[in-house]
Amino acid sequence: MQTNEAFRKQLNELFRSQNLATLSTQNEGQPYASLVAFHADNDLKCLYFVTPKTTRKFANLAANKKVALLVNSSANQAADFHQAISVTAVGEADEVLGEEKESILGQYLARHPHLEDFARAPTCALVQVSVESYYMVKNFQNVTELHLEP
Amino acid sequence: MNWILPSEAVKPEDRPRVGGKGYALSLLARGGFNTPKTICVTSDAYEEFLNLTGLRERILLELHRKDFKEMRWEEIWDCATRIRNLFLTKPLPESMAQELRQSIDQFFSDQTVAVRSSAPDEDDASSSFAGLHESFINLSGVDSILKHIRLVWASLWSDAALLYRQEIGLDAEKSAMAVVVQETIAGERSGVAFTRNPNNEEQAIIESIHGLNQGLVDGEIEPDRWIIDRAHNKIVEHTQPERKYWFIPSNNGVQLSTLPKDKIHQPPLNSQEAGLVFRTARNAEDYFKSPQDVEWTYSEDRLILLQSRPITTLGSENSGDQRGWYLSLHRSFENLKELRQKIEEKLIPAMVETAENLNELDLLDLSEAALVKEIRQRWEINHKWVNIYWADFIPYAHGVRLFGQVYNDAVQPKDPYEFIDLLTDTDMASLARNNMLFDLAATIRQDPILRQQLEHGRNVDIDGDFMARIETFSDKFGDLSCAVTGGKECVLGTAPLFRLLLELAAHPPSKNIHKGDRTKQLQDRYLDCFEGHQKDRAREMLDLARSSYRLRDDDNIYLGRIEAQLLTAVQEAKRRLGKGPSDVLEAVLVEIDFKEGTAIQSASAPEKGKDTLQARQLTGQPSGPGIAKGKARIIRHHNDLVHFKSGEILVCDAVDPNMTFVVPLATAVVERRGGMLIHGAIIAREYGLPCITGVPDATTLIRTGDDITVDGYLGIVTIGETEALTLQKEV
Repeated sequence: MQTNEAFRKQLNELFRSQNLATLSTQNEGQPYASLVAFHADNDLKCLYFVTPKTTRKFANLAANKKVALLVNSSANQAADFHQAISVTAVGEADEVLGEEKESILGQYLARHPHLEDFARAPTCALVQVSVESYYMVKNFQNVTELHLEP
Repeated sequence: MNWILPSEAVKPEDRPRVGGKGYALSLLARGGFNTPKTICVTSDAYEEFLNLTGLRERILLELHRKDFKEMRWEEIWDCATRIRNLFLTKPLPESMAQELRQSIDQFFSDQTVAVRSSAPDEDDASSSFAGLHESFINLSGVDSILKHIRLVWASLWSDAALLYRQEIGLDAEKSAMAVVVQETIAGERSGVAFTRNPNNEEQAIIESIHGLNQGLVDGEIEPDRWIIDRAHNKIVEHTQPERKYWFIPSNNGVQLSTLPKDKIHQPPLNSQEAGLVFRTARNAEDYFKSPQDVEWTYSEDRLILLQSRPITTLGSENSGDQRGWYLSLHRSFENLKELRQKIEEKLIPAMVETAENLNELDLLDLSEAALVKEIRQRWEINHKWVNIYWADFIPYAHGVRLFGQVYNDAVQPKDPYEFIDLLTDTDMASLARNNMLFDLAATIRQDPILRQQLEHGRNVDIDGDFMARIETFSDKFGDLSCAVTGGKECVLGTAPLFRLLLELAAHPPSKNIHKGDRTKQLQDRYLDCFEGHQKDRAREMLDLARSSYRLRDDDNIYLGRIEAQLLTAVQEAKRRLGKGPSDVLEAVLVEIDFKEGTAIQSASAPEKGKDTLQARQLTGQPSGPGIAKGKARIIRHHNDLVHFKSGEILVCDAVDPNMTFVVPLATAVVERRGGMLIHGAIIAREYGLPCITGVPDATTLIRTGDDITVDGYLGIVTIGETEALTLQKEV
């Protein structure tokens, strides 16, 4: 079994290699999935993405903060089944406002510079997901969980 | 796509597609050497087959259940068996089959053929796959030929080939396999020629046997051997073996037979013929511009070359090449038959007698010096038997594997382990022990007074008959307190046997399932695949496999009884040391360094207030079908077994035969050590329990008391609650 550090190292590597995550939200018992460009902070406690406030996902978040995000290294090849790593993060989402928004947005845009205009639009929200747990799937069916200290 | 290339159409740029053997044969034919009519099924066909059938990813999934380096040989063998079965049961897609059929018909019509491996990374000067990939000879009928082409493809993934590729740094996933199909040459005399003796550059070596080359290549027949002075073209030595057998063509294959009398005293080659073989091989050396290892046969007095390859630089003893060792893991049927006779008629009776003789000695009567001598002697005896166990009993286990392959080739079942069901209906010693336990437990169940006496440890009140039965049991199998079968009183003051019996009495387990009808059906189906003398051989092979299977378990019990005698002497020394000091006794215990069942690392408790990392799903090898939920009981030390409760799931490093008495109480078995044919898997299958083997770190990632779910179909252990196993539609 891997150590805590090894697990975190794999998460960091995966998050650095991938631009997109699948976001799951829900409202009134109906789950909904969307693709978002994400960024992870260094200690892996938070994941960030941006979204226009008019979207269905944002409406869902307003109704229910509980989310899941899926990041994976699949390449749409048969070999994905034994090679790809897939990580699900679960936690709660909040909009980032106030003075910390600028510094986080700066880090976010360093990862996704082409989203500059989009992310800075007044109708776009920066969303922070405080992660409670990570679930990592490897070798097709090996699953390990990391539960973060609250 | 060009799937078939006739030998004469092969061009230099085709080498990677036709493999080393196919390419060399085409060059030989072009150079004017006599060769059999040959076509190459290129590696494009192999690739196409993998792509069209989806096998490529199936194979990779099979191999990547866990890190290859973490797999024991048994697990690799299991993977190879499953992969081989995928090739066997997956028919060629019709588009491919049609084209291949046409070509084979066109070239060979009604001739019988040989189907040989020709891997592109095979037979270059730096690696030798000789013997690692399969070849089949004397096949007739296009369907049989197509089936054997698939088997040659599958041999790219055999256990030995996988291990060898890993060792020499080749990636099996990037390898491909070409196949050569050639007319059968029913040679009367065959052999090999090494144009340069690896031990003496001035010499060449020729080896030859009567009949087909099979026996020589597999090492089953001792050949005549000529050493030839290269410079003077002169025989300097001819060694003659005792000639006993030969391989001759038989119905879709070959057959080992006794050599006819007139050939026993006659070398397969006269000196002129040996000279011609040498000169021809020498011509091949000049032609290829490097020393060659040439396979040849004489048919109707015509010398024909079957293949030629460079003599590899690897393969000598000091090169560190392990190919020989990987190949030695596979034993031939003949070799196993001899081993069986030795084990059943000589070794086991000797083991039983040894243990009985030792048991007769009353250790209490011995002087201190005599006890020291006795301990040393018992240590020697035990040591000797452990060595025999490794040298003879372990290789004999291959009988089960050999049968598995024969069964799978013949029956082509969906489940590559179906053959085990044909073997389980045997009387294993550990099952006999469990049956005795069930009978004792049944007595307790019917006798409430006896049960109370046992529960309260009032042993003096217990009925004499019952105690006599207990005595008989523990004389035979020990009192279950020791990690060694037959050992007694390793745990003083507790009564593990009584505790186990009470648990068995309270929770009557279903006895092992006897699958009489199914066994009969499977046996008929298997034997129906053969005809004539092959049926007799198939029957013999089944019989051998049953004996090999039974012994997988029994040998440890026999060995355990001898080790128990050493243990008893050690215990006697410890008892005396408890009463007073003795330098000689202390010294002898240190000298033999007797360790019994070392404890296994346990799961560390999670640190509080920190992030916690925990396993949720662990994967291993599915080794017994079924699904079960329950509390885990981790067995780290033999003593842990006495706490085993009915309904728990046995989780351990390795189920050894001295632990199997708790299996009837368990609802599933999970173990770290991997393999379909290890004790845990065998016993679990015997009791119809879901079983997963080869789960890395099983005993550290799972804790006693964890709720776990064992999915024996998929080989997945889930830790923590699992919800409903069906999704029912709401009405």
